[in-house]
Amino acid sequence: MISILFKEISGFFTSWVAYLIMAAFMLVTGLFLWVFPDSSILDYGYAGLDSFFNIAPYLFIFLVPAITMRAIAEEKKDGTFELLATRPLSDWDILFGKFLACLVIVLLTLLPTLIYYFSIYHLGITRGNIDTGAVIGSYIGLVLLGSAFTSIGLFTSSLSNNQIIAFTVAVFLCFFSFSGFDSISSIISLQRIASFLTELGINQHYQSVSRGVLDTRDLIYFLSFTALFLFLSKTILGARKW
Amino acid sequence: MSIEVADLCKTYGNQKAIDGISFKALPGSVLGFLGPNGAGKSTTMKILTCFIPQTSGTAHICGFDARTDSMEVRRHIGYLPEHNPLYLDMYVRETLAFIGAIQKIDQTEKRINDVIERCGLGDEQNKKLGALSKGYRQRVGLAQAILADPKVLILDEPTSGLDPNQVIAIRALIKDLSKIKTVVLSTHIMQEVDAICEQVIIINKGKIVADDTLKGLRLKHNNKSLENIFIELTGSHVNQAQII
Repeated sequence: MISILFKEISGFFTSWVAYLIMAAFMLVTGLFLWVFPDSSILDYGYAGLDSFFNIAPYLFIFLVPAITMRAIAEEKKDGTFELLATRPLSDWDILFGKFLACLVIVLLTLLPTLIYYFSIYHLGITRGNIDTGAVIGSYIGLVLLGSAFTSIGLFTSSLSNNQIIAFTVAVFLCFFSFSGFDSISSIISLQRIASFLTELGINQHYQSVSRGVLDTRDLIYFLSFTALFLFLSKTILGARKW
Repeated sequence: MSIEVADLCKTYGNQKAIDGISFKALPGSVLGFLGPNGAGKSTTMKILTCFIPQTSGTAHICGFDARTDSMEVRRHIGYLPEHNPLYLDMYVRETLAFIGAIQKIDQTEKRINDVIERCGLGDEQNKKLGALSKGYRQRVGLAQAILADPKVLILDEPTSGLDPNQVIAIRALIKDLSKIKTVVLSTHIMQEVDAICEQVIIINKGKIVADDTLKGLRLKHNNKSLENIFIELTGSHVNQAQII
């Protein structure tokens, strides 16, 4: 598992995928947070990272599938999956190695954005006037969100040999699981189960964690969400043995 | 007995890819697996290497059952799949180090140097796989198969698509390796069988139609050329007439 993890990470950096994702994430969040008047902190006037944490999930919807799309699809297409699967490695070893590698890239993408926190911390009229608890909570929320999206991405990557299909389906699934349930719950005839439907969506739990309260229910939601899609990927990988 | 296969069957839907084949292979010899395209050569190899399970029957490698003891089997085999899939964006040494890490071999560095020398990759060892010619890629494929010093080598069409010089070099390497290992290789090139195999299995439509030593096979068929024996056993009569 560890050897797969290292191989994947080095693959991300030699193929420039990692740099590209990080640069795109930094650029877009930077523009939203400091430049675009609608969401810029300088126009908004409050020392908070709210606009960053609002835009980040939507960027993840596109960026995480871009990280994960090649993970299994490429191995299957090039036949290298056969190389791995005939070595003394279980399918879980392969899957976890790839999952952790993608998650590391997600974390490395988030890491440079800490500079936003320190900038705002020092720029506030009263120095340090920022809700640190909420920021920590939001970062934990983003990491959990990242792991949920990564597992979706790995699942769609295992479905197809085609990276474009893997990417597109993953974007759709990520978007739907993030905000689709909220939208469905606003359908009038579904009002009676509306609160149940919003509970199914990621957004509800992400917002809850972002408030800085780490509720075990949210934690369990994210972990079981990730586990569900990892399990589905494992099932697809194992399908060759049926 | 390094490989022992008994009554092995594999069905895809209604189609029988292999249909009750049994054979044995001994250490220190090269077993040639012959057959027309689609005869079930690759399927058999995929079962032996635990990539896919059989529908029925058993396959033992070094005494371990391919289905129930697959991790142990995978530790004892080196496999070169058909079309030689490789990570083209990795370097030669990087690939071998990666495989070494998966197989948890001791003294990886020393072993990699040995294998690089043995496979004649010395001049290419710091190149990216994507930059190598087909012959050298094939050598890398072989190098990663023998890296963990497996007792059994399973090579699926190891010389397909190579130029004659490269074919001879790869054959010499396989012959050399077979002194201490059990080698099973599939091919549909008759000269290859003539050149390196001691034992020949001809398989057609999922069934074994001949299992003999090279000499024995010739004797049985009145010293005909291997090509004619192959056509006789696997070709339909119409095709046979056309070719002859």
